[in-house]
Parts: sequence; structure tokens; C-alpha cells
Amino acid sequence: MSLISVFLGFFVANILGYGGGPSSIPLMYQEVVTHYQWLTNIDFSNMLALGNALPGPISTKIAAYVGYNVSGVFGVIVAVVATIAPSSIALILLLKLLQKHRQSSVVKGMTLLVQPVIAIMMIVLTWQMGRDSIHSLGPIQAIIIAAISFLAMTKLKVHPAIVIIIAFIYGGLVVPHLHI
Amino acid sequence: MMSHTYKDLVIAMVRTGILGYGGGPSVMPLFRHEAVNRYHWLEDEEFGEVLALANALPGPIATKIAGYLGYRTKGSLGAAVAIIAHILPTCLAMIALASLISVLKSSPFIEGMIAAVLPVIAVMLGQMAYKFGSKAVKGLGWVLGFATFIIAFVMLQIIPVHPAIVIILFLAYGTVHYKLKNKINKHHDRDREAI
Repeated sequence: MSLISVFLGFFVANILGYGGGPSSIPLMYQEVVTHYQWLTNIDFSNMLALGNALPGPISTKIAAYVGYNVSGVFGVIVAVVATIAPSSIALILLLKLLQKHRQSSVVKGMTLLVQPVIAIMMIVLTWQMGRDSIHSLGPIQAIIIAAISFLAMTKLKVHPAIVIIIAFIYGGLVVPHLHI
Repeated sequence: MMSHTYKDLVIAMVRTGILGYGGGPSVMPLFRHEAVNRYHWLEDEEFGEVLALANALPGPIATKIAGYLGYRTKGSLGAAVAIIAHILPTCLAMIALASLISVLKSSPFIEGMIAAVLPVIAVMLGQMAYKFGSKAVKGLGWVLGFATFIIAFVMLQIIPVHPAIVIILFLAYGTVHYKLKNKINKHHDRDREAI
């Protein structure tokens, strides 16, 4: 039973994500945390942090970890296949057909209209992560870390993976000695 | 020189899989380098075309491209081999690291790490939200853009409707959006001509 849920969860999240892996993150959150409750909010954010610190496509890393947690090696296989097989097979099969419709206003319109929904889901996710980080670090420290990482990534163009690793180091060495 | 062996396919896919940082879309130049420049599996124009088509389909982009390159060089089995080679190393690393962290969750060291990385993830998600939002505003204009934000917010958070249904409704409108827009523009032009 759980394997079927794993398949459905990742199939739905990825078949609805237009515009590459990142657009599926809020959809996977919906399935993994809200719907099936395989992970908590904090677990999910941890996994995102690790996933972003490691190379490679993000949605397959998330699928592999969640699949493993839910039902071991078979869970990994089912989650990863549900994530990638439908769209990969579709690309190969539809290549000739789609070639004609690549510039079609229908395809363009669909890709465009998904953006506002994903944007709103991302904002909600941002809000939840922000609330959790204030809860676990206190508002002052959470806001300072957020501000520094924002400046580092946007103004100084530091690679997100490096920002995540620095945050991990700070968290491991400094945070345990602070009493909040 | 054309090189169509499984060994080359696997090497190229492992390399693009472990050298690409920042999710699928950022890996496309690496794929192009392997497929066009190094192994000459296809011409630059064809690669550009496949990329455009892959973008029109849902789902992760990197695995779609890996699957196509594998299929192009070695058929269906090639597609499977290419995708596995592309994702396996990082999937294993992810499971190992994430499992290690959840085993050690109660140690203060790991607890601190988890806490300190939360605000960073919140910022990254916020940036992604901004990116998707500005794409929507650019394509739809300010008025329609904000209208879609409000409709999406009300449907997702206030009613709330399952995201799959919200996306399907938006996709349905998306299929006719450009047609409607053209019609409205033509009307405007006619009105202007009448004046």
C-alpha cells in the first residue's frame, strides 16, 4: 500500500511541475508533509538544505530520500521512477509531435499560467520555514542569519551550497553554546 | 569523432550528474558540452530544439535530457542507463547523509546545524518564490499577474483546494490565454482605427 502512495505522491508532484525541478518543490512538500505526513516540516527543510548542498537534480534527490524513509530500497526505486519516468518517456515519444507545437500558444500559455500558482505555494512554504526558524532560534538570531544569507547570495553572489555549509558549521559549533 | 559506447554514455552522465550544482536547469550547459562538443552525439541546433521541447513538458528537466541523450545513442536501454548514471551517485549520497543526520538528530551539534540552516532555506525558498512571481508578472502583466496571485492564494490557502486542481484549472486557462489576448488586442486595434 505504501509503495502505491509513494508512486502517486511523486507522480502527481512532478507531472504538475512545469519549468524544471525547483517548481516541484512546493508540490512535493504538499504530498510529503501535508498529505502523507512522511516527514515533518523541519525534516523537509533539512532535506532541502542537504539536497541544495549536494550536486545533481533536486527532485530525484528528494524522491530518493523520502522513498528510502517510507519503504527502503523499493521505496527509492518507486519514488524515483514516479518522478522521472513519465516526463522522460513523454519527451522521447512526443518529440516528433511536439516539434510542431513547440511555438504553439497553447504550450506557452500553459507554461506561463503555472508560474503564479508555484509562486504562491513557494511563498507559503517560505512563511512556514521562517516561522519554524524563529521558533527554534528565536527571532533575533533567525533574522540575522536570514539577512546575512540573503546578502551573501544576492549581493555577494556566494554559491548557495557554500552558504548552506557555512550555516551548518555555525549551527554545529556556535548554536549549542547559546542559551535561547 | 562519434562515440556511441555505453562507457562514454555512463561517463558523460555521471560527470553531468555530480558536477551540476543548483538543480536541473543549471546543468544544461554541461549536457551541451558533453553531447555536442565532446561526444558529438548531436548538433548544437538539435540540442537547442530538444531543450526547448523538454521545457514545454512537466517534470525535472535534467532527467528528461539524460533520457533523451541515452535514447538517441543507444535506444530504450540507453535511456535507462543514462538516467541511472546521471542520478544514482547523488541519490545515494543524499540517502547516506540525510540518514546520518536523522540518526544523530538528538546530538546538540546536529541540532544546532539543523536550526541554523532553517533561515537559509527560508531565504532560498523566498528567492525562488520571487523568481516564479516575476516570471508570472513579466508574462501576464501587472494587473493579470496580481489577479492570478490573489486567485491562487484564495484557492490554495483560504478555501483550500488541492494544488493539483488549482494547477489544472490554471493550465486549462493557459491553453486559451494567448488566443484571448490576441482577440482583445485585435478589438483594440479596430477601435483605434475607427477613431
